[in-house]
Amino acid sequence: MAQVTLEGIRKVYPNGFQAVQTTSFTIQDGEFVVLVGPSGCGKSTLLRMIAGLEDITEGVLKIGDRVVNDVDPADRDIAMVFQNYALYPHMTVRKNIGYGLKNRGAPTAEIDAKVEDAAKMLNLSEYLDRKPAQLSGGQRQRVAMGRAVVRDPALFLFDEPLSNLDAKLRNQMRIEIKALQRRLRTTAVYVTHDQVEAMTMADRIIVLIQGRIEQIGTPSEIYHNPASTFVASFMGAPPMNLIEAEVDQQSVRINGFGNQIQAPQSFDGPVTLGIRPEDVEMDEQGQVVFHVDILEELGAHRLLHGRLANQPFSVMLGKDDAAQIGETKINLKPEALRLFDRKTGLRL
Amino acid sequence: MKRAGFDTIWLPVALLLPQLMIIAIFFYWPAGWALQSSFFLQDPFGFGSTFVMAENYTSLLGNDQYKRVAGFTILYSVLVTFFSLAIALLLAVKADKVIKGAKTYRTLLMWVYAIAPPVAGFLGILFFDQSTGPLTKFFQVFGWDFKLGVDYNATATAMVIVAVWKQVPVNSIFFLSGLQSIPRSVREAAMIDNRSATGRFWQVTFPLLAPTAFFLLIINITYALFDTFGIIDALMKGEPGNNPMTLVYKVYLDGFRGNDLGGSSAQSVILMALVLLLTVFQFRLVERRIHYT
Amino acid sequence: MAETTLDTPAETHRPRRIKWEAIGDHIILILGALLMMLPPLLALTTASHDAVTIHREGLQLTLGDDLGKNFRAAMFERGGFTQTVDGMLMLMNSFILGIGFAVGKIVISMMAAYAIVYFRLRFATLAFWVIFTTLLLPLEVRILPSYEAIQKLGLTNTYTGLIVPLIASATGTFFFRQFFMSVPEELAEAARIDGAGPWKFFVDILIPLSKTMIAAIFIIMFVFGWNQYLWPTLITTDESFFTLVRGIKQIVLSYTDSQIPEHGQALALAIVAMIPPVLVVVFFQNWFVKGLTESDK
Repeated sequence: MAQVTLEGIRKVYPNGFQAVQTTSFTIQDGEFVVLVGPSGCGKSTLLRMIAGLEDITEGVLKIGDRVVNDVDPADRDIAMVFQNYALYPHMTVRKNIGYGLKNRGAPTAEIDAKVEDAAKMLNLSEYLDRKPAQLSGGQRQRVAMGRAVVRDPALFLFDEPLSNLDAKLRNQMRIEIKALQRRLRTTAVYVTHDQVEAMTMADRIIVLIQGRIEQIGTPSEIYHNPASTFVASFMGAPPMNLIEAEVDQQSVRINGFGNQIQAPQSFDGPVTLGIRPEDVEMDEQGQVVFHVDILEELGAHRLLHGRLANQPFSVMLGKDDAAQIGETKINLKPEALRLFDRKTGLRL
Repeated sequence: MKRAGFDTIWLPVALLLPQLMIIAIFFYWPAGWALQSSFFLQDPFGFGSTFVMAENYTSLLGNDQYKRVAGFTILYSVLVTFFSLAIALLLAVKADKVIKGAKTYRTLLMWVYAIAPPVAGFLGILFFDQSTGPLTKFFQVFGWDFKLGVDYNATATAMVIVAVWKQVPVNSIFFLSGLQSIPRSVREAAMIDNRSATGRFWQVTFPLLAPTAFFLLIINITYALFDTFGIIDALMKGEPGNNPMTLVYKVYLDGFRGNDLGGSSAQSVILMALVLLLTVFQFRLVERRIHYT
Repeated sequence: MAETTLDTPAETHRPRRIKWEAIGDHIILILGALLMMLPPLLALTTASHDAVTIHREGLQLTLGDDLGKNFRAAMFERGGFTQTVDGMLMLMNSFILGIGFAVGKIVISMMAAYAIVYFRLRFATLAFWVIFTTLLLPLEVRILPSYEAIQKLGLTNTYTGLIVPLIASATGTFFFRQFFMSVPEELAEAARIDGAGPWKFFVDILIPLSKTMIAAIFIIMFVFGWNQYLWPTLITTDESFFTLVRGIKQIVLSYTDSQIPEHGQALALAIVAMIPPVLVVVFFQNWFVKGLTESDK
């Protein structure tokens, strides 16, 4: 069983800086969990604590049923793929991939076989006798993955593995990594700052900010029901529109305007109203006035950027829908409205 | 040369001139002179010299004393290089590992670099003083009647110890720098792949330190051959007699004290060939191995 | 719906492991540091005793009373054969040698490196190799002919004769050449577009850019010049040109007199000889390390 359990985990550095606030969650066996958030949110620190590369200040970490707080990284039955691949420059691809196995005392014949298999799986067979310096970025990345895969560990850890690749390669590798994990069914913890990677690869996403978890959920949950304005604006592209408004019992008044919209909940006071650009309809008799400033042609969609009640607002339309610069009217789909407490940013 | 090279001629010539002039006067002229006089035998009374072709060289190679000095030089170089590299590596590895006080350790270990070789030798004299030196007493505990300046082996040991002491700081700095240039993620990957710290050191860290180590090898050999002059001179207290000495010291001795210009020049030329060999070796081997990442 | 942090109290509060390994590391490092520090420290304590005690008992562990006396004598009493030299004079000579050498070397090698790297010279490669071959013969090896050369030029017992021949080696030029090669091409091209000729480019842009490198190599060259022994010994027979390093030798060698050599004074001199280079290296550590590690060709 390669379930990963964090109970009350906290990380404080000797200088007093708290990188990770007290945190608990469980990753199920075979699950692909993505830790996502902006720089400095603590996601890498969490990953490294799971790996054993950082000490855990407080709390209990279990891999399977075993408490591993004080267990050496090499004994946790994990494999890790680093952002800059961390390949051993002086060893060939073959030796790089096989190194972990060699140290665990596997017989040479077995190591060779496993290395060949991993290489085949990752299209590296013809590069086995080259050194890392002779490979391209994408190839090195795959060697790093080969090194992880060949050990058949209980847990895969990925630390922003695609950040150093160009966009096209990144898209391709995303699919490959996900497919690999699906096939091997190994539990995986993946760290990234790229919300697209999170949304496309994760079974569940953990959104972090400033050392604490903001929300845990499936991509769908995160997308449709963000727990805070931060999650709403960070996840999903284009981001959710966030408009300052006031709620007066059942009515939403958008600041400065008398537009009246039905509120999803009853609450009095300043709020932030959220709605995704695709949940907005163009309607000549619409409730709300929208000034279009810029039209972005994306091929499959069109994105209108402009202002609503003098606040930035975007609307996404289908490729054949009519659109032009200037003033127009829109409808906000009521079931897509999300209300957030403007002071705390939390979902109401 | 840069892609955007300037086209003027007079400026670069003017800039190069001082360096070239100094080199011409104080390098090529003496070097050529040494080469030339190595083929002559000087009359001891200064009345001229006779062209003896390669006789100076052949007599050197047959000379027992020269062979002895050459032998000692080689042994000395090996011992000094080995011990100063080994000790420096150990200290550098530990200094790299500790989190607290790394900078302080580095300072404490490195400052001996600034001490002049003769001064180090002078301290050595006190430490190895026949009657009162603490290190003399140390060796006496092991049954060795340590007499600096009298006993060949004792003096040789003292020379090795002082030279090693002075060279450890430089090597430590280079090793430390080399260790710090190994990407942290490579070391972390090794932590996941190998639970044994010694295993990780010899299989991952040390091979990546190899370029630094090779470079230091050459530096240390050069040091042992030439820069230890002050130490050797100090420890033999100016009385060459039966004491161990290196080839370069003999060049000085024969040339200045012994007035054997021809022989001394021949020795210089031989040493020059040796340095040429070392330099070629350094460029070939070190350059090839340097860039991995 | 959305999970957030649970404030579960930690099940177990794990006690921190005592890392024996780390203690062992520190012990080794402390021993190493002590090994390095001990000889000069003992020199200091010994220098505080009178010559007789030192002669009879050797190195002293405790501080005696004569520290001030020995220092004053070493620095201010005129000694030597001609009774003209005192420690202060030697200190000054050491400074002149150290700084003169460092400055001379930097100026000359920067100019030469600039000429080789930034100009389209047909003989640039030749000049480079000419300079490169000077690495083949360290001074000690060509000591005799160099001495003859100085003699013929009449430069014995002069500061020029002391400093200039030491500059005849490629190390500085190599160092700056390597650095200049690493400066982005675009900088020179932009300067050209801005109308800066080669000299202006050198003075206004390249030299300021090289500040850290200059500092780094200055330190190394200063220490090198200050610690020079063989060359000053040969070139200067006039005692008023003696450097500290030379002066120490003089005292120790005066066994010829029936008097006991002034060990205390010699040690005091030795300490004075050690202080400036050590201070420079320690206080400008970072530059020094940088200079050392970057000067590998």
